[in-house]
Amino acid sequence: MRGRFNEQLTELNNNLIEMGALIEKAIAQATEALERRDAEVARSVMENDDLIDSKEKEIEARCLNLLLRQQPVAHDLSQVSAILKMITDMERIGDHAADISALCLGLSGQEYIMKSESIPKMATATIRMVTGSIDAFVNRDVAGAKAIKECDALVNALFLVAKKELIALVREEAANGEWAFDLWQIAKYYERIGDHAVNIAEWVIFAITGQHKNRQIF
Amino acid sequence: MNCFEIKDLHLYYGAFHALKNVSLDIAAKNITAFIGPSGCGKSTFLKTLNRMNDLVEGCVIKGSVQLDGEDIYGGIDLSRLRRRVGMVFQKPNPFPMSVYDNIAFGPRTHGVRKRYELDAIVEGALKDAAIWDEVKDRLKSPALGLSGGQQQRLCIARALAVAPEVLLLDEPTSALDPISTGKIEELLLALRDKYSIIIVTHNMQQAARISDTTVFFLLGEIIEYGETETLFARPANKRTEAYITGRFG
Repeated sequence: MRGRFNEQLTELNNNLIEMGALIEKAIAQATEALERRDAEVARSVMENDDLIDSKEKEIEARCLNLLLRQQPVAHDLSQVSAILKMITDMERIGDHAADISALCLGLSGQEYIMKSESIPKMATATIRMVTGSIDAFVNRDVAGAKAIKECDALVNALFLVAKKELIALVREEAANGEWAFDLWQIAKYYERIGDHAVNIAEWVIFAITGQHKNRQIF
Repeated sequence: MNCFEIKDLHLYYGAFHALKNVSLDIAAKNITAFIGPSGCGKSTFLKTLNRMNDLVEGCVIKGSVQLDGEDIYGGIDLSRLRRRVGMVFQKPNPFPMSVYDNIAFGPRTHGVRKRYELDAIVEGALKDAAIWDEVKDRLKSPALGLSGGQQQRLCIARALAVAPEVLLLDEPTSALDPISTGKIEELLLALRDKYSIIIVTHNMQQAARISDTTVFFLLGEIIEYGETETLFARPANKRTEAYITGRFG
């Protein structure tokens, strides 16, 4: 029964997993570019952002086609509508990875001043959040999706630490201001990636339970 | 490639002008759905494609209907036409005979006599119609003992047994429950690679789900036709939009 529709839903899920892999790679590479001050890796992240954008468009078209032609109801409807919402946040995560890379390009030619303790930790945590939110969707894991929100508290706390580290650096020497400001923006992009991962996790919970932010939609 | 090319077709039942200037190319190896309100001419048009209207008293047809370039209202042999263009009706209509004999009926009519040939045709048609597993152990049982959904798939198998090029279906699922409807829809999607399928349906969701091309009829005219996704997403005609959104008809 509805074999073709089931195949289309499986293809859609596979597309989402592929997009998830693309954004995970983008954040990991942006982080590598930051840590190694590697302009080439940074450029590659910026170029690959087009792949993420086109994957978003492809998934969006598939969702709209399914809504039009298959008129999904019940769990199928929540799944398709959740994916339609998730890909917007996923695309923004790709943008932020490219934004971080663009700042890394500027930093790559400059003298190394300090190593931030908190920014690499933010990077690790946000990659884990993004992977976790996609895994929660694939495995229909409500507890896993809820855990993403808890990770976000850690990322937010690390962001405040990063801010303090950078303020201290500028206090020490005003000439460090531009460098510190770039790093602060990078930290902010990681913080935003964490927020988008939370949004994704909230749509995962909706896909499974019909509830979004404790509001029963279906 | 087109299976049918219809040009300037008019059909009259006495004084009633049932089809008005219908011109349409129907793609081969595709599912084409005819939609429209009751009395719009879609079933009448379907029947013109294998000359089922010939026996209707007072029926006059003008224009051209070509099947693979051959005018079916020219000198074509009617029996050959019906073999090439099979038809399945709204209500399942198995013959009052065994499952096997229902399928073998057409091939026998066309001269197949050898038992092993008939066995192969029956098995192939029942497999193509996705009902073989359900009836293989009761081929000698009366076809009328099958469920409604099984009877309809049997009728599709019976139409396939004479190796048609085109399969016409006139509301084939309107008498069936959703489970049987789903099985017929899956079957039609599976058959699309081998046959040109033309289906009349009142169920617009069904047209959206399974067809490649949709044709909207109203008062004996084609108002709009095109790729199904485009017709349902961006209908060009206001009357099409009013009909598919349930605001008219």
